[in-house]
Amino acid sequence: MTTQTQNIRWFWFSSPATFYPLAGTIAWVAGVLAAALTLAGLYVGFVVAPTDATQGEAYRIIYIHVAAAWMSMFLYVVMAFWAAVGLAMNVRLAFVLARAIAPTGALFTFIALWTGSLWGKPTWGTWWVWDARLTSELILLFLYFGYLALQASIDERRRSDRASALLALVGVVNVPIIYYSVQWWNTLHQGASVSLTRSPSMAKTMLLGMLLMALAFWAYSIAVVMIRARCEIRENE
Amino acid sequence: MLGIARTLVARDLLLAMRRKSDVATALLFFVIVASLFPLGIGAEPNQLRAIAPGVIWVAALLSSMLSLSRLFAGDHADGTLEQMLLGAAPLGVVVAAKAFAHWLVSGLPLVLIAPVIALQYDVAGPLYGVLALSLLLGTPILSIIGAIGAALTLGLRGGGVLLSLLVLPLYVPVLIMGAGAVEMAGAGLAPDGQLLLLGALLVVAAAFAPWATAAALRISME
Repeated sequence: MTTQTQNIRWFWFSSPATFYPLAGTIAWVAGVLAAALTLAGLYVGFVVAPTDATQGEAYRIIYIHVAAAWMSMFLYVVMAFWAAVGLAMNVRLAFVLARAIAPTGALFTFIALWTGSLWGKPTWGTWWVWDARLTSELILLFLYFGYLALQASIDERRRSDRASALLALVGVVNVPIIYYSVQWWNTLHQGASVSLTRSPSMAKTMLLGMLLMALAFWAYSIAVVMIRARCEIRENE
Repeated sequence: MLGIARTLVARDLLLAMRRKSDVATALLFFVIVASLFPLGIGAEPNQLRAIAPGVIWVAALLSSMLSLSRLFAGDHADGTLEQMLLGAAPLGVVVAAKAFAHWLVSGLPLVLIAPVIALQYDVAGPLYGVLALSLLLGTPILSIIGAIGAALTLGLRGGGVLLSLLVLPLYVPVLIMGAGAVEMAGAGLAPDGQLLLLGALLVVAAAFAPWATAAALRISME
């Protein structure tokens, strides 16, 4: 038995021509999965899960909020990963993926901020507090906007890909520094903000609903990124 | 390598001295922005004392950012930058030297004039040293990190506004540490922690950012 047959050809799909049909299939599967998981997650979250003892019905926004916040940070890292692959190995497809991820990441960041403020109004009595997590999420949104703006303002394709990829890498190195500095700033300005920490005990159904929604958003991101990557490939090739 | 850096710094300083108005504009911008806040907020001394560190730091951020676009633009226009890319000197060193010269011209004057602004804001005497020290440690970081943005937006239309969008989010930690140090000192606590962190940021930025800037220049110039 030769080892040759066991080798997966990693780079086979790095060519846009072979990736294009694969992306179509993935988009279909992920899209159907996203729809099913969203229905299940929303059902669990809005019908099955009990009303929160302290926050009432308003807490139910977390089924969207938490999943969106997770995806917003995760997608930035994934985007930076593909940017790094693109710069290091000079793979065009990696740049296409990084480009395709950015708008979805920005969208989830915005949704996380928006739903957070909708939750904050009935719970804290204010739309916005300068809490550490809110602030770093806001700065993450600015980082996404910077990436998208740089990409949009360079007409030449190759420079646009590589310049925005470098910016994504610089951004991802800075994200932890920004996060910790904001957290520190927050403790320095104590008093103005309300603590975000919820009671640690959480009903199992609540957790299930949150996990289902996280998976649903994950599947949605994959589907949308694949569709956007297909558009990008069509535009270029 | 130090020779190259020294020559480049001297050259950039000489160029800046030949066009003194550029240097003066950034400095005047800093002074004007800082003077606008009392006009908008009101001249209540307690309030002014409270906002002084933040206002001075934000003004420094903006002033340093505004002069960034000139960092490579002149050399780009007359072809010197291409020669630097082709030359034998490591591009990272060239970039670091240029960023240092940029700081000497745009950052150091802010450090020197900040106490005068602090005077306007009725800041307590012992804080002057902390304020100046925080600016001394922080403004070089602004030049070094800003250079990445300047290199990425080289020659783009609407580059100035774009540059602010790219660079300002990256400036957040410097703003927090810098203004935080002065506020800590104002509250009677030791500002050492913030100042040391600023120093650490400076070291890390000085070690890595010039190479990112060099990569960005190669991308923009190819």
